[in-house]
Amino acid sequence: MIVYLLCFALLLVGLYGVLTKRDLIKIILSLGILGYAVNLLLILFAYRNDSIYPILAKGKEVKQMVDPLPQALVLTSIVIELGTTAMLVALAIKLFEKYETFDITQIRRLKG
Amino acid sequence: MPVEPWLIFILSVMIIASIAALEMEDILSSIVAIGVVGLGVSLSFLFLQAPDLAIVQFLFEIFAVIILVRAFLKKDYHKEKPSTINKILAGVTVITLAAIFIFSISVFELLPPFGEPLMTTAQYYLDNGAKDTGAANLVSSIVLDYRAYDTLGEVTVLFAAILGTFTILRIKSKSKKEKTELDHAAK
Repeated sequence: MIVYLLCFALLLVGLYGVLTKRDLIKIILSLGILGYAVNLLLILFAYRNDSIYPILAKGKEVKQMVDPLPQALVLTSIVIELGTTAMLVALAIKLFEKYETFDITQIRRLKG
Repeated sequence: MPVEPWLIFILSVMIIASIAALEMEDILSSIVAIGVVGLGVSLSFLFLQAPDLAIVQFLFEIFAVIILVRAFLKKDYHKEKPSTINKILAGVTVITLAAIFIFSISVFELLPPFGEPLMTTAQYYLDNGAKDTGAANLVSSIVLDYRAYDTLGEVTVLFAAILGTFTILRIKSKSKKEKTELDHAAK
């Protein structure tokens, strides 16, 4: 319970960054924090007491295993996060080349 | 070994590091603090019995830090000037998010407690995964067999994101073009 709340607090920190920061780099970093928090929350839901990772092996006694379904979904989500981060960075670089600033209020002002 | 105290410790470090990343003025320190958060996620995956995820997260973190440092380090970086409107906005946002946090406590009480997940579909995968697919690693049996269409869709999204990245980087921006034309004219 307290672990869930701490993870949710991490998500809210990311949300705070997205909502209040005016710097494009800080906004990209906050989006990264949001992604970490969501992935970690899903894996926290999957944990089971006194259990092992879901990999079968010969000679190993099969005990309880953790929930493998969220792990499978988060595995691909992490990779996609890297792709979207790269795309955001590319957009930020292009905006910097055009306006020579990372401040979003100034980017809005300089139209055309 | 009890997992929960370790996770509480790692999560506290991650929250402090993320606040530091958002509030520090030096951009390199911010990126390094984000690296701390990502490695904390990787460590918690190890504690939560997800070794595949820990490895992938570790690699992701290193790539992300390299990309961010490479992209943003050489840019001359203007510090944002503090303004009163921004301070009021930040205060309102903090109050709203704190209210959301307090209301969310009752939501998290409704969920199954930590360490006792709902294993309705997953129990079938654990019992029959090796027999159905022949994979010893049950996570990869789900990724590549039971949920293969999901994986196909996610690979499509990844492909689109990378294609978008290259398309954006290929476009020459207007001001740069004008600058090069001016340079040519000066010659």
